[in-house]
Amino acid sequence: MQTTRLAFASAAALGLLLATGCTTDAPTESQDDATSGAPSGDEWFVQAEYDEQLAQRDIEPEGDPSQPWLQAIEPEWIDTSQYAREGGDATVCFSNASVSNPWRVTGWITMQEQVKVLQEAGEIGEFRHSDAGDDDDQQISDIQAFVDSGECDALIISPSTTATLTPAVETACASGIPVIVFDRGVNTDCATTFIHPIGGYAYGADAAEFLVENLEPGSTVLALRILPGVDVLEHRWAAAQEIFGDSELEILGNEFTGGDAAEIKNIVTQYLQRGDVDGIWMDAGDGAVAAIEAFEDAGKPYPVMAGEDELSFMRKWEETGMTAIAPVYSNFQWRTPVLAATMILNGEQVPAEWVLPQDPITEAELADYLERNADMPSLHYAKFGGEDLPGFPDAWRDR
Amino acid sequence: MQRLRSAAAALFGGGTGTVFALLIVILAGIFAMNPGFFEGPSLMAFLKQAAPLVILAAGQYFVIVSGNFDLSVGALVGAQVVIAARLIDGEESRTVPVLLVMLAFGLTVGLVNGLITTVLKVQSFITTLGMLLVLYGAIRLWTGGAPTGALSEAFRKVGRHGIDDVPLVGQIPWALLVMLAVGAGAILLMRTRFGRIVMATGDNDLAAALSGARVATVRTAAFVLSGLSATIAGVLIGGFAGVSAQVGEGLEFTVITEVVLGGVALGGGRGTALAAMAGALAIEALFTLFNQMALPATLRPTVQGAIIIAAVAYAARQRTRPAAVTAPATVSPS
Repeated sequence: MQTTRLAFASAAALGLLLATGCTTDAPTESQDDATSGAPSGDEWFVQAEYDEQLAQRDIEPEGDPSQPWLQAIEPEWIDTSQYAREGGDATVCFSNASVSNPWRVTGWITMQEQVKVLQEAGEIGEFRHSDAGDDDDQQISDIQAFVDSGECDALIISPSTTATLTPAVETACASGIPVIVFDRGVNTDCATTFIHPIGGYAYGADAAEFLVENLEPGSTVLALRILPGVDVLEHRWAAAQEIFGDSELEILGNEFTGGDAAEIKNIVTQYLQRGDVDGIWMDAGDGAVAAIEAFEDAGKPYPVMAGEDELSFMRKWEETGMTAIAPVYSNFQWRTPVLAATMILNGEQVPAEWVLPQDPITEAELADYLERNADMPSLHYAKFGGEDLPGFPDAWRDR
Repeated sequence: MQRLRSAAAALFGGGTGTVFALLIVILAGIFAMNPGFFEGPSLMAFLKQAAPLVILAAGQYFVIVSGNFDLSVGALVGAQVVIAARLIDGEESRTVPVLLVMLAFGLTVGLVNGLITTVLKVQSFITTLGMLLVLYGAIRLWTGGAPTGALSEAFRKVGRHGIDDVPLVGQIPWALLVMLAVGAGAILLMRTRFGRIVMATGDNDLAAALSGARVATVRTAAFVLSGLSATIAGVLIGGFAGVSAQVGEGLEFTVITEVVLGGVALGGGRGTALAAMAGALAIEALFTLFNQMALPATLRPTVQGAIIIAAVAYAARQRTRPAAVTAPATVSPS
C-alpha cells in the first residue's frame, strides 16, 4: 500500500515538475517578436552598437583589399612614438584565452606563421605565449606573470571574458608597455589598440537578412545556438531577432546545442518530425553539416541556411547546391595583433580601435574560396588570410 | 483485485516494472502531442538516435550493478570519435584497421579503470573521474584543441544508414540492430554464472568473496564491458552526426540517470539489464516529449538531476522497509 502511495506522490511530483517547466517557459514559445524571443535576448541588445555595426558593413575600409588583415574601417590613427624602440628583435608576449575550438586553432596557427615572418625580418626576437584554457583566473595570472617578468616589449591579449579580464588588462596598461587587445573586448580603452572584426550584430544580421530575402513570407526558421551568455554569440542572436521581428518569417524555436553535432542532428530531426523547417539560422557554423544531414536522412528538401565559413559546411553547400550563405567572423584578425605590435614598437601610427572588414561569403564567391582552401582540413576557416605566408599550406594542413 | 494489486506491485514496486510504466506514460504523452511520432519512419529515427544511449546504459549497468560507477564513458566516446576521425582522415581503406584500434583502446581504458579500482583500491568515482579528465585533456593535447581529419563513408554507415525500402517503416537503422544485439547480449550475459557473480558482488562483496567469487576479476570485467559499450556507442554517435569537438560531453550523467531510472540501485546488487536499457529509452523519449512540448533543451540537465535524486530516494525508501517484504522481489538477475 505504501508503495502505491509513494508512486502517486512521485507521479504528482513529476507532473508538477513538467507543469512548472511549461509555465515558466511558455512566453518564449508564444512570442516571436524581436525583444522577447529568448530569455537572455534583451540584456545583450544595444541599439547604438547594432546600428553602428550594420552601417559599418557598407563602409569601404581603408587599406589594401588584398590584405584585409591590415585594413581598417574609419580608423582614428593614434601616435605611438612613445613606444618606439631601436634595434628590432623585440620580445612580444601573447596571453591567449584558449585554443578550445577550431576557429581559435586556425587563427593561432596563422598568428604563429606571421610571427615566423617577423622573426626572419628581425622585428620580433622572442615570442612568448600562454594559454589560459578558457579559465579567467588562469588568464589573469598569465597576464600578471608577463607584466612581472618585465621582459615583454609588447603584450597581446585575447581575453576569455569581458568584465573579469578588465582589471588585468588595466594592470598591463599601467606597466607602461603597449597592450594590444583583440577578438573579444574588455571594458576599458586603456589598450593601445583594440583589434576586432565588425562584430556579432553584423554577423547575425548578415545571416538573418539572407534568410528573410530567400524565404517566402510565412516560412519557418529554426535557430541553432551554441551556448548562452557569451557576448559575441548573444549579439548575433540579438541582431537576428531584430531582423526576424520585422519579417514575415515564423521562428520555430531557438535551441542551444553546445556545438555538438549529435545534439544538433537530434534537435533538427525532432523539429522535422513536428513539421517542415524551411530555414536554418546558426550563430556559428560548428556542426552545420549535421543539421543538413538531418534533412537528408529525413528525406526533406534542403533548407535555406546560414552557416559559417568553416570548410565542412562550405563543402557540403557546394556538394548539395543548396541556397546558403557563410557569414564570417574574420579569422584573419589573428594576423593583425603581431603586425600591430611591430608597428607600435617602430613608432608607427595604428588605429585606436582597429575595426577589420567582415564580409560574408556568398554563393558567387563559394567556388573561389573552396579552390583556395582545397588542401585544408574540414574544420578550417576559409577566410583565415594566411595564403601568402611561407608556411602555407603545410602549417594549416598538417595541424 | 488480487491480480490488480500484484500488477500494481510489479509496476510501482521499485525498479524493474516502474520504468516500463514510466516509458508507457511518456510514450502516451508523445502520442497525445503528436500521433505522427508513431509512424514508422519517425519512430525509426527516434530509435536510431536513442541506440547509442541504450548501448551505453547496458555497459554502465554492469559497472553499477557490480557496485561501481563509470564516469569516463562520455569522455571515452568523445575520444573514440576524435581518434577515428584523425586516423581515418577520410580514407575508406582505413576503416576496418581503425575500428580495431578503437576496440583495443576502449577495452584498454576499461581494463585500466578496473585495475585501478580493484588492485589499487581507488574508489571508482575517483578512478573514472580521473580517467574522464585524462582522456579529455589528452585528446585536446593530441589534436591541438580541435578535432582534425574526417570519418569515412563506410565508418559512418552503421550510425547513419540502415536497410532501406522496408515496407511500413521505411528504413530499419543499422544502429537499431546493433542495439538489439548488444541488449540481447547483455541480458544473456546476466543469466550466466558471470552475471550472478556480478550481481552478488554488488550486493555484498564480502559475502561474495567468502563464497569463492573472484570479486576483483568480475568488477574489472564490468569496466571492460563498459569500455566496449562506449566504443560501440562511439562508432554509432560518430556515424550518426560526424566529428565535432564536443561529441560525448556530458553523456556519463545522462547514462547514469538512465540506469538509475531503470531501477538499478547505485551501490550495486539490484536491477536488471533490460530495465536499465528501458531507462535509457524512457529518458530519450522524455527529451523527445520535451521537444514536442517546445520546452527549451536547456531544461534537460535540471530534469536529469531531479530524476537522479527522485529515483535514488525512491529506491532508498524501498530498501529501508523490512527485508522480508522486498527480498523475494529484488534478487532476480535476468
